[in-house]
Amino acid sequence: MLLLTFSDIGLIVTLVIIAAGLGLILKLALKGKEIDRRIIFIFIFFSVASPIIFQIKFSEKATAVVKSIYDKIDNLPEGSKILISFDFDPAMAPEVQPMAIVLGRHALIKGHEVVFMSLWTTGQSLLTEIINEYILPDFPEKQEFIDYVTLGFKAGNEGVLKVIATDFKKMFPVDNNGRPLDSIPIFDGVKSCSDFDLVISIGGGKPGPKEWILFVTDPSNIPMAVGVAAVIAPQMYPYYPAQVLGIMGGVKGAAEYESEFIGNYERFKDMKTPGLLTMGPQTLAHTVIMAFIIIGNIIYFRKRKKEAKS
Amino acid sequence: MSLILARKEKRSSMDIGMFFAALLTLGIFSFLYKDNPVYKVCEAIFVGVSAGFWAITYFFDNIHKKFWLGVFPQEGDSPDYWLWGGAILGFLMLLRISNKIGWIARWPLSFIVGATAGLYMMLYFVSNALNQVADTMMPIVAYASDNSVLWLDTFGNFIVVLGVVTGLIYFFFSKEHKGLFGTGAQVGTWFLMITFGASFGYTVMSRMSLLIGRLDFLFGDWLGLF
Repeated sequence: MLLLTFSDIGLIVTLVIIAAGLGLILKLALKGKEIDRRIIFIFIFFSVASPIIFQIKFSEKATAVVKSIYDKIDNLPEGSKILISFDFDPAMAPEVQPMAIVLGRHALIKGHEVVFMSLWTTGQSLLTEIINEYILPDFPEKQEFIDYVTLGFKAGNEGVLKVIATDFKKMFPVDNNGRPLDSIPIFDGVKSCSDFDLVISIGGGKPGPKEWILFVTDPSNIPMAVGVAAVIAPQMYPYYPAQVLGIMGGVKGAAEYESEFIGNYERFKDMKTPGLLTMGPQTLAHTVIMAFIIIGNIIYFRKRKKEAKS
Repeated sequence: MSLILARKEKRSSMDIGMFFAALLTLGIFSFLYKDNPVYKVCEAIFVGVSAGFWAITYFFDNIHKKFWLGVFPQEGDSPDYWLWGGAILGFLMLLRISNKIGWIARWPLSFIVGATAGLYMMLYFVSNALNQVADTMMPIVAYASDNSVLWLDTFGNFIVVLGVVTGLIYFFFSKEHKGLFGTGAQVGTWFLMITFGASFGYTVMSRMSLLIGRLDFLFGDWLGLF
């Protein structure tokens, strides 16, 4: 007996409506009728809204560029020090927040000592929200200052990076709550960023991953991974694999990492996966855009052929 | 499960805020139909709130936390007098609002331009030029530890080298793009086109993520459909 889930029905209905609509548009366009741009907007809206409502998910497999980050965190010995910088704002959050959540979970479940910070003032509130609402509820046994610490936001952009590359405590004498770093166990033996086993920057603006590479990790040869908004991803590839060990580009990168994580950790197999969920609407919206590009080209070449004949 | 709980708690505690956020989102979306007064109001609210937010943030993060607490520290800490230099330069920057002595604002601006250029010059040269040129100088044929040829990696290396060489040929304008040189430039153009295409694809993904984020908020957080 064929059993269809709610999301399967949703996917079938969505595909049928989109296919029928695109067919109709192609027919109208071939007849030479103008297509209003708002019709395109409606299609994009439908192709995005429907997978969100029906919670349509597609399976993802981690590619080498994402898997290398996963493997690095997974293979570091327990108690390794990882620095994660949240260099993003609410506008970028739908893309990079899933990365921040899954990276935080992965680092903590492996027993690493995690330092969270932000170079963006708007990243401060997101950092607090992500840690307190999404990561820590799954790790009640983890203790602040021993397993993780939040340094918060520090103004100064590249200036902050330039200083912490050589002297961490000069720029961050205290943590987010005003506790001196000298009294925080995680910072025992930490003089500069070189004392971290891995640095991860999640963002897509300036200062962000690129500045981390230029000012901190490349000159000091520190292992670096980046999670970036998709629009920045192409700019990151020249740094891979020598200057950054891995790249998570947009929600696709986040979804691949989530897929690898839930596949390997039984405890998190039912966790909410915003990256994978976002790939449903992404896939359908991209399909619709590709269809429109094809329709546009068909119309263009037919028109050119007609003009050449006449 | 914790995610769902977090979402429900948030929803009940922020209903009025969420209602306004949803209205503002819909107001901004209304531009897709056509320009209208509701969109203008939402846009003005966004600009005003952003300006206010950044003004307050910069004041407390830079002037209060960094400068004031730096030069007048709490008991036990020594003052950092170097901060006065930055404060004076910052003040000079404000003089541009004066017609008579506005020219003084060029001094701090010159300092910023000079310092930034100096700071970035070497870093860019090393990280974005030297190191990446070195990474491109790779053996085209890749071998495994048992000396067998890794065909996929070899193909990847070949593409990287071919892309770099033909891309450079395309941007070499001292020789006419004819014959073998012209073919190289043509191949370079294809590489550039593929790069722009990939870049456009990523941009679409990025922009779609913003739309998905807003619709997820409307359907999930606001309407509670899932």
